[in-house]
Amino acid sequence: MDNLIEMRGITKRFPGVIANEDVDFKLRHGEIHALLGENGAGKSTLMSVLAGLYRPEAGTVLVRGNPATFNSPRDAIDLGIGMIHQHFTLIQSQTVTENILLGLDEPRFLMRLSRYDKQMAHIGDQFGLQVTPDAKIWQLSVGEQQRVEILKMLYRGVEVLIMDEPTSVLAPQEIDELFKTLRSMVAEGKSIVFISHKLHEVMTIADRITVLRQGKVTAAGIDPATTSKAELANLMVGRKVLFELEKIDREPGDVVLELAGVSADNDKRLPALRSIDLKVRSGEIVGVAGVAGNGQSELGEVITGLRTCTSGSIRVNGKDVTNRSARTSIDFGVAHIPEDRTHVGTAPNLSITDNVIMKKYRTPPIARRTLLDRDAAQKMAEGLKAEYTILAPSVETPTRMLSGGNLQRVILARELSSEPTLLIAMQPTRGLDVGAIEGVQRMLLEQRDEGAAILLVSEELEEIFTLSDRIVVVYEGEIVADGVEADAAKVGLLMTGGSHEAAEEHAA
Amino acid sequence: MTSTTTDARRSFRFPLELQIEPRMDSPRWLAPLVSLVAVLLALVMGAVVLALVGGNPFRAYAHIAGAAFGSLGVFSDTLVKATPLIFTGTACAVAFKMKLWNIGAEGQFFMGALGASIVILAGVVSEDASRFVTLLAMAVAGALFGAAWGFIPGILKARLGVNEIITTLMLNYIAFALVNYFIFGIWSEGGFQMTRTFQRAAWFPRLSDLAEQFPIMRGLTTHAGFIFAVVVAIIAWYILFRSLWGYEIRLIGDNPRAAKYAGIKITRNTVLVLMLSGGIAGLGGMSEISGVIHRLQSSISPGYGFTGIIIAWLAKLNPLLVIPVSILFGGLILAGREIQPAGVPRLIQGIILFMLIASEVFLRYRVRLVRRTA
Repeated sequence: MDNLIEMRGITKRFPGVIANEDVDFKLRHGEIHALLGENGAGKSTLMSVLAGLYRPEAGTVLVRGNPATFNSPRDAIDLGIGMIHQHFTLIQSQTVTENILLGLDEPRFLMRLSRYDKQMAHIGDQFGLQVTPDAKIWQLSVGEQQRVEILKMLYRGVEVLIMDEPTSVLAPQEIDELFKTLRSMVAEGKSIVFISHKLHEVMTIADRITVLRQGKVTAAGIDPATTSKAELANLMVGRKVLFELEKIDREPGDVVLELAGVSADNDKRLPALRSIDLKVRSGEIVGVAGVAGNGQSELGEVITGLRTCTSGSIRVNGKDVTNRSARTSIDFGVAHIPEDRTHVGTAPNLSITDNVIMKKYRTPPIARRTLLDRDAAQKMAEGLKAEYTILAPSVETPTRMLSGGNLQRVILARELSSEPTLLIAMQPTRGLDVGAIEGVQRMLLEQRDEGAAILLVSEELEEIFTLSDRIVVVYEGEIVADGVEADAAKVGLLMTGGSHEAAEEHAA
Repeated sequence: MTSTTTDARRSFRFPLELQIEPRMDSPRWLAPLVSLVAVLLALVMGAVVLALVGGNPFRAYAHIAGAAFGSLGVFSDTLVKATPLIFTGTACAVAFKMKLWNIGAEGQFFMGALGASIVILAGVVSEDASRFVTLLAMAVAGALFGAAWGFIPGILKARLGVNEIITTLMLNYIAFALVNYFIFGIWSEGGFQMTRTFQRAAWFPRLSDLAEQFPIMRGLTTHAGFIFAVVVAIIAWYILFRSLWGYEIRLIGDNPRAAKYAGIKITRNTVLVLMLSGGIAGLGGMSEISGVIHRLQSSISPGYGFTGIIIAWLAKLNPLLVIPVSILFGGLILAGREIQPAGVPRLIQGIILFMLIASEVFLRYRVRLVRRTA
């Protein structure tokens, strides 16, 4: 089979790091080629070179056998190569069609968009991309917005589509949708580069896999049928990853968190939680399984005092904290790893020091009456930086400079160092690479062994199964099952609204 | 479309290229150095413009420098001009640090002046009260009136989510009208739109008061308000960067959702910070009528409250930097009147502002000229 794209000896340097070193990459016509690697392995950089965003220091790119030089993404698109980034570049207040036409030479003067609407719908049908051309972007779900990004590339006649971590923003059902779309695009003769660090996705969708580690290729174009997850993980991180974490048996202690009949509304003032009863004991991890958007976020917020409940009561260590403040829950020893690291968990322009003292600045030694003891704060930050191996030039570095994994370590350092009695861990490993995931999971288990009560909310079933002592399933704001066994088929059915009996039958 | 045309277009390439990389860390000396170079470059650009319109840039600059900093006398006048700017600049910096866009420092300044005047003219302190008691009462009243003018937009934003930009702006006009009501009607002195001159006890001491002991001080107009302003700026800096409250303000300013998550009450801080900001601006009004004008009239400020916005930004919202920036601006205002009512000094002010804002990029990025490879 002919190589549609051939990248030879690509080297790309950034200050202090070599993002790609002498990398070869070949893409065949009509394949889905997964580019696998940890965060920071150089996957996005390599593809940004192909998409005309970066110019490499060395190496050549051949498109259909001819050498090509790109000075801008436009040059790449002219040669039929387009890239969809992790963060979408759509204008919220404009329609789907307007966004797709943006930057093109047509329509020239009159904005007769209805003609284009039809065209968009037609391309959508061709590739199985359901969109409403005259809908405004803000009305669309993240999955739909991604379809608009894909359409944008297809409309520009792209033959090679590069997708950077396309599943990181999607809910599980949306991922299935996306995979269907990718397959139909390949059937129509397109070629796809699929950037990911998720092993199971890569195993599902890819025809061939290239693995990058620290800017170098560790495996080129291997067939997923001839490899295993363990082998790929090894290629990614260069050491054996222990997927089986050691978990000691431990009798749970007293009830730490008790929710009785808790209901709450979401931001749109629609009911998000319906009469939730839940207990979490000391030394126990309770895993909350559920498809995103079934009330998990609201559950975390209600317990940590960030959202008021409309009925019911919440007790921590027997004390009533219902509709008290976020401050109360902090004072009662509730730690919270928020879902959204950058928008909730940290203040991006403040230093690591200022970020780790966020929950402790009111108490000595950081607080000296009304003043902030900067030396004590810095000392604490230095200590946490070493203990939690936060990689940064200094504790004065603003957290916006940190990678996802390091940012999560800052949050973990802050939340776990307070020796919490109760820990609310929301999606604690989302978007992290294999090595970092393992570290986070270990830390959670350590907290459990030291007697913390942990409520773990995660979309990764595997994670819930590995870590939890007890599993509950939420569906449409209700706990539909408490204490189910770690069986993917059963839990999966409950998560999607299947009844208990059906789940039992299915399992039987 | 083909690569050959691309190559042809690229056949000549400049041998050097700019590399722009984000900075992970910036050393402490970098920010002041970059600002200094920016100001120097701005002066060079101003010189080019002056030369183009046929002026002699060296003479113009020498004149500006002379008129603002050339002798003890004019430098003293510069400090007088800088004093209200330090107050309003600090007031804006404090509010802006929490991303509260208080553009009502002008009105708060007027309210502070009104409050201080009431103390004198409504007989809150007797005419023969000591200077200390009189000035203290004026300062307290000035701060309270200014703070009240900050409280209104603060509570409206905290309770009802009203945009503070609109309310603080509108309250300026109400403050002007209120002051006019008093000077046109109640306290009008012989039909003029001004109050009577305050008694001596209500005046900030001036350097010239010391002329008997130190002859060199003769005619120097710098008043105690300057010291007062510097002390207020230092206290404001201490609050922002060394206190628990300041930490809360900075955290809310950078990410209100993170602040909420850390258990900080945003609504309470919105009200308090706008009151602090208004109070500082109000002290500026008090200082101006006590130190310079010695009565209440409508022309107590040529827009110090608005210049304070620019000063706060140039000082990067750091109250300590507000002091030198205010002195620079005070000098330019003074020299401006010497040379031309509006032209050249404004031009230079504008270029300096522009260059300082543009220089930010050097703090966030490392820019290097490197030889092209490949």
